[in-house]
Amino acid sequence: MSTTLLFTIISLSALGAISAIILYFVAQKFKVYEDPRIDLVTEALPAANCGGCGYPGCRGLAEAMVKADDISSFYCPVGGNDVMATVAKILGKEAIAKEPLVAVVRCSGSFAKRPRLNEYDGATSCIISSSLYSGETGCQYGCLGMGDCVAVCKFDAIYMDKETGLPVVIDDKCTACGACVKACPNRIIELRKKNKKDRKIFVSCVNKDKGGIAKKACEVACIGCGKCVKVCPYEAITLENFLAYIDPNKCKLCRKCVEECPTGAILEINFPPRKEKEGDAENTETSKTGKKENE
Amino acid sequence: MNKRITISPSPHVYEDTSVKRLMFDVVIALLPALAISIYFFGMGAIIVTLVAVVSCLAFEWLIQKYILKQEPAITDGSAIVTGILLAFNVPSNLPIGIIIIGSLVAIGIGKMSFGGLGNNPFNPALVGRVFLLISFPVQMTSWPIPGGFKTGYADAVTGATPLGIVKEGLGKGDQISDLMNQVPSHMEMFYGHMGGSMGEIAAAALILGFAYLLIRKVITWHIPVSIILTITIFTGILWYINPETNADPLFHLLTGGVMLGAIFMATDYVTSPMTPKGMWIFGIGIGIITVLIRVFGAYPEGVSFAILIMNSFVPLINTYVKPKRFGEVVNHG
Amino acid sequence: MLKTFAKGGVHPAECKYSEDSRIEILPLPKTVSIPIAQHIGAPAKAIVAKGDKVKVGDKIAESSGFVSANIHSSVSGTVAKIDDILDSTGYKRPCIVIDVEGDEWNETIDRSPELRREINLTDKEIIAKINLAGIVGLGGATFPSHVKLSIPDGKKINVLIINGVECEPYLTSDHRLMVEKAEEMLVGIQILMKALSVNRALIGIENNKPDAIAHLTNLVKNYPGIEVHALKVQYPQGGEKQLIKALINREVPSGGLPLDVGAVVHNVGTAFAVYEATQKNKPLFERVVTVTGQLVSKPSNLLVRIGTPVSNLIEAAGGLPEDTGKIINGGPMMGKAVNSLEVPVTKGTSGILIMSESESKRKKEATCIRCAKCVSACPQGLEPYLLKKQAQLEKNDTLEQSGVMDCIECGSCSFTCPAGLPLLDYIRLGKSRVSKIIRSRKQ
Repeated sequence: MSTTLLFTIISLSALGAISAIILYFVAQKFKVYEDPRIDLVTEALPAANCGGCGYPGCRGLAEAMVKADDISSFYCPVGGNDVMATVAKILGKEAIAKEPLVAVVRCSGSFAKRPRLNEYDGATSCIISSSLYSGETGCQYGCLGMGDCVAVCKFDAIYMDKETGLPVVIDDKCTACGACVKACPNRIIELRKKNKKDRKIFVSCVNKDKGGIAKKACEVACIGCGKCVKVCPYEAITLENFLAYIDPNKCKLCRKCVEECPTGAILEINFPPRKEKEGDAENTETSKTGKKENE
Repeated sequence: MNKRITISPSPHVYEDTSVKRLMFDVVIALLPALAISIYFFGMGAIIVTLVAVVSCLAFEWLIQKYILKQEPAITDGSAIVTGILLAFNVPSNLPIGIIIIGSLVAIGIGKMSFGGLGNNPFNPALVGRVFLLISFPVQMTSWPIPGGFKTGYADAVTGATPLGIVKEGLGKGDQISDLMNQVPSHMEMFYGHMGGSMGEIAAAALILGFAYLLIRKVITWHIPVSIILTITIFTGILWYINPETNADPLFHLLTGGVMLGAIFMATDYVTSPMTPKGMWIFGIGIGIITVLIRVFGAYPEGVSFAILIMNSFVPLINTYVKPKRFGEVVNHG
Repeated sequence: MLKTFAKGGVHPAECKYSEDSRIEILPLPKTVSIPIAQHIGAPAKAIVAKGDKVKVGDKIAESSGFVSANIHSSVSGTVAKIDDILDSTGYKRPCIVIDVEGDEWNETIDRSPELRREINLTDKEIIAKINLAGIVGLGGATFPSHVKLSIPDGKKINVLIINGVECEPYLTSDHRLMVEKAEEMLVGIQILMKALSVNRALIGIENNKPDAIAHLTNLVKNYPGIEVHALKVQYPQGGEKQLIKALINREVPSGGLPLDVGAVVHNVGTAFAVYEATQKNKPLFERVVTVTGQLVSKPSNLLVRIGTPVSNLIEAAGGLPEDTGKIINGGPMMGKAVNSLEVPVTKGTSGILIMSESESKRKKEATCIRCAKCVSACPQGLEPYLLKKQAQLEKNDTLEQSGVMDCIECGSCSFTCPAGLPLLDYIRLGKSRVSKIIRSRKQ
């Protein structure tokens, strides 16, 4: 009995030792040289492998950045400026700082505001629905409500609101990787500047139809009246195809356009509640100055 | 038009079929064999079947509800099929506790641990059966002797299966011609008068079920036919070489689990290949392994093992055996 | 033994309610909306403007490339506007809207009913005429016909195949045409034969149309080279590749065209349109449309001007049933559900199918049990369950290797799936993604 045991132990150990030696030599022979900095950079990156940078995973970005002479064209949206600064330090190169972005959903056509005219009964996917027809509502530009954006989000930063049928972005979780922007067949999601205190003003509509048609399809559609364009003191708003667009780089968050919009298509998010009429000017004033300080 | 019309991608019509219906067709196809078992084994057959079905359903429901936290889907009937097949694969006097353990293994390990219906690589009923065979060898191989309807359960008189008798006899050096006198005649075996697992005894009833499945287009003929042909040819060759040490092909087909396995176990959708060509490979593999175990292995019976072994090759078969595409350019060297 | 294709296929309930209804002429609508993109290929370019007066048969939009087709006015009246109108694609597309005034036809059109047998045109002239008349494949694919007839150098065509299969359940427009306009159609086939310089034409008809088969078999005795073949009732018998396989037992290579095996396929409706274009100088501005459904009180086959709103057709067939759940442009297997009754009839509209509320709901999705029914149903020898999974996971490379581009979108897989999985939905998505990749690779 004991000899059997002994023999077993010895033969197994010998087998292990021989395999280890073989493996060692094989590893030596087939060793591939890799820049050690790739590992360092990969470690510094957030390891989300979301592809938001345009490279296949964090390691892909790391390899590209190590190879490149100038890393100013690379950016990890998830890690943001801090991570880029760390990476720049490791590589001894310059990284450019970018303003943090966040995804916004440019459609307010909830069940209540945008009546459903027909019923889609197919695979639950916006892209399949959009390849078939213009959607359940009279608006062929807005949210289709099947949640392709939710399915692609790796950070659980977006969910479908069952009440409205629209996706909602959780600003704190959103890393601006842009996966949802690409996933949406109607391109209603946009990456916009995060601004101070997550304050945002944007036209929450992408309907390019004429005013009457747009309004008929959805109560809160942009009808292309151009009032906001006129009222904007910074020329931040442009009107094209009956649709207004607020340039986030020019907008100073004064909120004048929000008041002017007859359909309520322009949204203001995370602003303190407005005071009564006379306080209005003052209010916009503070947000303006706040913005300036930020810059 | 004030009503909302439906929009959906084509096609807009569907065949009148469902997973549930397919499962219940299998259950219907199993009924003749169940009737024969009840006829030969009496109350035992009823008790074993009921316990197996109920416990399979219960375990599936419990696991889906409390462990996987899914919507329980036991109404699809797949657990009923697993339960009946498990019952068919055990002796009709198996203690109830052991059946419940078998059901737990079949459903819990064989099926749900892989993600439930459609994802299990091995036939759940066979996983349960093989687990029991290894864990409780005595209880699993004490076969009640068939003989009219009996109300007794655990006190049934037991004996060996024809395969067991032949295996043991050959081991002692007996001649086949002598051994054949100790086992029931081929005709008796055909309608089920022999010892064995509850549902496997009556080839006649199982073939009736096969016909039903074919008529209802639940399964195709490829797997059963390829298994039966392989076993016939393989044992036929052995028998031709030496009829005194090898039983004849018909004996091999009618005994043990060949018919049950070929018709009901190997054809399980989830664990069998997708293409006819793959099905042939699968069936031939089962046939060869079965005969190898029976003739050269330690166990008298090998269908369950053969099916489980071939189950593990199914993903490989599915990857490499593809249907011939329409208009595929055939490369002649 | 009836001829059929080699593998796969399904047999949906035939439901040919309107097979005995004679073709009726639908009264003119008040306005028509004629989409400028009714065919595969580049959309036509509108050559009329608001306020222009047009007659029936006047060209109103011009072909904008080789793979494109002319579009003619189907009514006489005034162009009201050129605007984006919801059409059967499910999107708003540019349409020419014409207010109907009277019914004045272009003088060049021969409106007499007598049959003109003699063919005086050369092959080149025939193709030019077909191009001019804006004829596209009327089976539903709407591929411009003159393109199919222009055989590239180095290819040899030896047989013309005429598709009278009508394998889609419910639809009967081709069936009625074969019964009522058989002579015209046969002359049309002769014209097509001349254009292709072939001396053999095979008409394939599914065996559920015995009257059409008998009638044509009787008539072709006077038309040398034309044969009629009865085919097994099996979907998708009318698929181009399947029909060629069934009739002449040749397999169109993967990624290839019928002309790679020396065949050209045209629909019976196209053959009739070709007759009218060449012999009567009448461009394609009307077609036969089946209006049918279990609930429809008067299933009909109507001769409809292009651009007529679907609601007019339904009215003529006894009105919209109370319990309507879905309206389909085309047959139940490959047709497209429309989301408005004002959608205009186009050159590709072979039928309007109305389904009840209960018929129009899909089966509840269950899990795939790998029953392999989709694999055995696929007429193209693909593995739909695998394609669906790969499409869902966006594995575009493997999807291409698995042959997704060979899919003819016949819907047999979804039809047969016991788990009610939307197989074709995802395969179609994968196909469009892969074709995009292939296109970008070519550039």
